[in-house]
This record gives sequence, structure tokens and C-alpha cells, in this order.
Amino acid sequence: MTEVQQKANAAPVPDVGLSVPKRRRRVHPALVIVAGAVLVVALTYVLPPFRNYQLATVGAYFCVTAGLTVLTGLNGQLSLGHGALMATGAYTLALTQNKWVNLPLSFAVAILVTTVAGAVIGLAAARLRGPYLAGLTLAVAIVVPSVTSTFDETFNSDQGLSVILNPPPETIPMERWQAWLCWGAALIVVLVLALLIRGRFGRDLRAVRDDETAAKLAGINIARTQVLAFVVSAVCAGVAGSLFAVLAQSVSPGAFPLTLSLFLVMAIVIGGLGSLFGALWGAVLLVLLPTLAQSVGEQTGSQQLEGNLALVVFGVVLVVVMLAAPGGLASIPSRISRLIRRNR
Amino acid sequence: MKRTATAALAVVLLATAGCTSDSDGGGSSSASVPGVTDTEIVVGTHMPLTGPAAAGYSKIAPATKAYFDYVNANGGVHGRKISYKVKDDGYNPANTQTVVRELVLQDKVFAILNGLGTPTHTGVLDFLKTNRVPDLFVASGSRSWNQPDKYPGTFGFNPDYTVEGKILGTYVKENLAGKKACFLGQDDDFGRDSLVGIEKILGPVAAKESYVTSNPNVGPQMGALKAAGCEVVLLATVPGFTALSIGTAAKIAFKPQFVVSNVGADPTTVGKTLGAAAPLMEGLVAANYLPLNNDDTNPWIQLFKKVNAAHNGNAEFDNNVVYGMSVGYLFVQALQAAGKDLTRDKIVEAVQKNGFQGPGLVPLRFSAQDHSGYGGEQLTKIQGGKAVYFGTPYTTDDKDAPVAPYSGQAATPPQNGVPAP
Repeated sequence: MTEVQQKANAAPVPDVGLSVPKRRRRVHPALVIVAGAVLVVALTYVLPPFRNYQLATVGAYFCVTAGLTVLTGLNGQLSLGHGALMATGAYTLALTQNKWVNLPLSFAVAILVTTVAGAVIGLAAARLRGPYLAGLTLAVAIVVPSVTSTFDETFNSDQGLSVILNPPPETIPMERWQAWLCWGAALIVVLVLALLIRGRFGRDLRAVRDDETAAKLAGINIARTQVLAFVVSAVCAGVAGSLFAVLAQSVSPGAFPLTLSLFLVMAIVIGGLGSLFGALWGAVLLVLLPTLAQSVGEQTGSQQLEGNLALVVFGVVLVVVMLAAPGGLASIPSRISRLIRRNR
Repeated sequence: MKRTATAALAVVLLATAGCTSDSDGGGSSSASVPGVTDTEIVVGTHMPLTGPAAAGYSKIAPATKAYFDYVNANGGVHGRKISYKVKDDGYNPANTQTVVRELVLQDKVFAILNGLGTPTHTGVLDFLKTNRVPDLFVASGSRSWNQPDKYPGTFGFNPDYTVEGKILGTYVKENLAGKKACFLGQDDDFGRDSLVGIEKILGPVAAKESYVTSNPNVGPQMGALKAAGCEVVLLATVPGFTALSIGTAAKIAFKPQFVVSNVGADPTTVGKTLGAAAPLMEGLVAANYLPLNNDDTNPWIQLFKKVNAAHNGNAEFDNNVVYGMSVGYLFVQALQAAGKDLTRDKIVEAVQKNGFQGPGLVPLRFSAQDHSGYGGEQLTKIQGGKAVYFGTPYTTDDKDAPVAPYSGQAATPPQNGVPAP
């Protein structure tokens, strides 16, 4: 019926992520997260400041790609509007922070507001399928700049708002602190998602995606599952948006353009739809590919190329990955191991 | 899974082993100045090479670079060659964040020079302050650059938009008295500061509208101004939107007298955007504070044209090229004044000491208490497709000082085109 479902059906392999290893020993997600945390902390001591900043950006992207891959990959709802949900989180954080200068409070308010926004959009989305759902979420993504310029008293139009932040503790360099903050949030988000999708909620999500009628017969409340999936995913996007506001110390509509929403979908497809590891690869690519494109553009010396090359590179990578590994980057290890086993 | 875990553990161990040596090496580099060696000075900038503000503005950085190449070919500054790293931010504040971090943290530039744009540069002020990076000659007229207590390393270049608004307002008051004056401006500090200056002179305008660069349509705004019966429209717009406003007005048979901010008034850029409709610009009033590109008798233009031919691939010589080279000239003056033992503190001191004689028609205002750039402008009018100066230059401030004629002599460039130490 829908493009999403076809995609999801064509790629049944990577469903597992770190949640449901088939008949293999189950590694508890918490262990993976702890290992990840140790790795990130170690990395922040090795990397130079700018790389730490990029690492922090990967962490922030990881939040939103993880949430989106659960929504799109596991529940089959395509959202082109996650950029707007990030903007919601970012602006809420900025406004709260500028009023009270209390970061934990601002994060809490940002999460609350995106939960509400996600519920509202999710309620509408649960009634729509396929291209109509894509259309609705697309409209949400497009409306952001207009909202900021219509209510310019509050949102200050294209210029956006700056975010007042207390400096990090003296002994910690700014960039390392940013990386810790972003990855702390990202790992918590991913842990929660991993725990959610390995249990009953995850089974419901997949059942609804694969066959709504069958799911209904099995006693699953379709609409509630879909709205819940959207809300969970929206909260992840809100956290990511708040992190971007902290990283940039400013928010502006230019930071959340339509291309961001499209890039997010591309990233999770390239990474491997429905897989949390795939979401990680997607987040890495979202930071790496534009940097790569920029350095290529600089070497060729063409100014016009520099600003536009990232779009081309992303498209090419998507095509290549879909041809070579339809399950995305996250499916490559299992494909290789299967090849080896077959050759034995 | 076991293998993955072992691999991950190995990476962690290696990483922690690496970091012990790293943290020792990082801290002790206070003796050397970032971006400065005995033979080179690295400076960086962020510019809209693509995106909504690229028209015209994308030519500024290449022109500045060309002037640096000219200086380098003449022996450099105190034996050092200037290397200019230009990053594209597409006039998007989010991109500016990334590219400026890359310049400061990765490329280790000595200073950020002439970063362009009010919305874009506003977002990096705090970052540059935290990292103690000199932030010289910002390419915008926002009053935000003039906060010496809050941002001690940030200096403007353009006359601020309030000063400009007062001068444009004075023109309207003296020459178009009794006509209904209205305003269209960018929906940020640029438009707001400009309106403040205009209203200081004219009182409240009859109608005011705003636009955002992300929405290239000013139809509703021009329609509203026409409906309000405006006879004079003051524009605080970037070049693309100046062209859009003039074109849109002509389409709905609305023919007011346009009075345009300097940053949006380069006739070459606006004319190119208007294409066949370029004659619509005839009679447009604007202001400038640097020699005009078509004034071949001016010694600065002669120098800049020579540099443009030798080092800028003979790019079309418009006011953006003049602007870019003037910025380059001022930076070299500041470097010369800062002396051979260049540090970040010394260049800030040198700029505050001021005393720079350059291509500007009016003096720069720099001092310890004032970090804003040029202090005035002279009016221009487009006649026969060419902008020409008329009247005398005016100076004023962003408060309540009167708009006063300025009668100082213009400086001439040194023989070899490189400021003396």
C-alpha cells in the first residue's frame, strides 16, 4: 500500500538492532550503552576540540535518528517533519533558558512541549497513510520559518534567538563538556528506546506496521500504538533540537530547514531502517558527509559547488548503499557473516 | 557480539593510553600565538558564497584575498605572508556556528576578519569572546559590534545602520519634505536599527513593512506600501531584495522615490539581478563611504583596479570589490601598527589606538570606548545608470548628535600601495 511498507518489507533483515538477536545470547542493552559511554568519554580525551564538537553533533543527531528509525522503520510511519519537531524543542529550550537560566529545567520544559506537539501531530497522523502522512508532516516542516516571522516578537524571525548558557565547570574544556552533554542525552534516549522496542511495545509496533487488520485481530489498539510511536519519536526529536540549541548557543529557522528533515530520513535509510545501530551510522554520516563535501568543494576551488555538493553526495551515497546493501549499513556485518557461512 | 565487545575494549584502552600523553602536550602552548609563525599569519572569515545573500557579497572575500596576495607579493607584513581562509555559511546562522568553530578550533586562525551578516555573526560573538579571538571589521552595520565592555575583541567596519538611517532621513527631510515616507526593512537588527535612525530624524514613518530572506517575495509588502499612498520608500535591504522591491513595485505600477541603505545599493549587483529592468534604478538615492567603483580619477580606485587585474582574475569591478580591498587595506594597517611581535592583544590595542588613514571618506571611530566602524556617509544618486556622489559627506552617531557635514581631506594611498609600518 505504501512506499514505507514496501521498503520495510524489502528489508526484513535488520529489524533486530540491539534488541532481538535471533536465538543468540541476548546482550542486555544497558551493557552496550555502558560500553558506548566509556568509549565516548575516552574519545573526548583523545580528540582535538573541533572533533569533540563534531562528536557532540553526532550525539545530538543520534537522538533524533534513533527516534525516527523507531517510528519509520518499526512502525511504518514516514515523517518528513522531524526537523520541525527539533525546532519546537530548540525554541522551547531557548525561551525557557533565557528566562530562568536553568538547563535541566529548560530540558524538562522542552521535552514536555514536544510531547504535546508530537501528540497533536500524531493524532492527525494516525488517521493518515502513506503519501498523505508524508504530506502532512512535510507541511509541518515547511511552516517553521513562517511561524518564526509571523510571531517575530517572540521568535525574532530569521535572526533567531541566542541562548544564555552558564559556562561549564572551569576544568572541563567547552567542547568536551558539549560532547558529554550530547552523548549523555543520546545514550539515555537510545537505552529507553532499546528497552521499549524489545518488549511488548516493540512487538505492537511491528505488528501494526506489517498488517493492521491482523494486529487488530490480535487485540492491539492500532491508533493508540501509532500515536504513542509518534510521541516517543517526537520527544527524541525535541531532545535533539534542544541539544542543537545548546551546541550553537542560538536557534534560528535556518538551522531546521526542510532539507534537514529529508536528510534525517535519508540517514536512517542509509544506516538501516529500524535498527538503532543504523541510526548511529546515519548520525555519523549526517556530520561526516557535509564536511567531506566541503573539503572536496574547497579543493576544486569552486564556491558554488561548496554550498550545494552535500546534497549530491547524500543522494549518491543513498543510491550506492541501496544497491549494494538494501538493508543499510547496519546490515553489512550480518550479510558478510552469512556469505562466509554459505561458502564454508 | 563477544568479538565486538573485545574490539571496543581494545579501542578504549588504546584511547586512554593515548590521552595521557595528549593532555600534557596541549596545555603548554601559551608562548606561541595561534595562526602566527615567523613567515605566515592565518586569518579566516565566514561569507555567503551561496544562498540568498550571495549576490554581490560573494565577491568581497576574493577581493580581500586579492589585496593580501598583492601585499604578499610586495614582501608581506613584517616578513609574514597573510593567508586568508574563506568559509561559506550560505547566510545561515546555523552554518556560521560550524564554520567559525572549524576556523578557530581546527584551522587555528589568528583572527576572524570581516565575517559577514547581522543574523549570522551575532550568533558567534560569545564563542569568539570565550576563545579570545580578535573579531575584526565585521561586515555589517549592526550596533551589536560596538559593545567594548561585553565583547572587547569585536570591531565593526560599516557605518552602523542607525547612523546611516539618520543620514538618509536627513536627505528625505531636506529634499522630499512633505512627501509621505515609508519603510521596508529586513526583519532583524539590520532593519530595526535602520528604522531607529530614520525615525530619529523624520519622526514616525507613514507605513513600515518587513521581509525575511528565506521568503523571496515582497508582493504583499509593496502592495501595502502602495495602498498607504507612500511617495518615498526607504529600504533596509540586501541587494537581492532591493532588486526584488524595485521590480515588484514597478509590476504593480507603484513609483515611489527609493532611498536605499548602502549595503543593498551597489548598482552593478542590483542591476544584474533586475536584468532588462535595470533602468528602473534611475534616480535611486543611496549612500556610501568608500570611493565609487566608476570613479577612475580616484587614486584608490586606480590602485584597487591594478590589484584586481593582477590578483583577482580581473573580476567585474563593482563596489563589493572596492569594499573587500578596503577591508584588506585596513587589516594590513592594523597589522603594521601592531608591530613585529604580533599577539592577539596587540592587534586589539592597535585597532583601538586608531589613526588609520585609508580610502574612507569619513574617519573610523575606533577607540577604547567605541568599537563601531566608519562614522558617516555621503549620498549618491543613480544618473544615466551610474552612481555619482553629490553634496558633502555627513557624520553623526547612533544617539542624538546632529547630522553634520564633514570637511576633512581624503587621504591618498602610498606609492607602492602597501601601508607603511
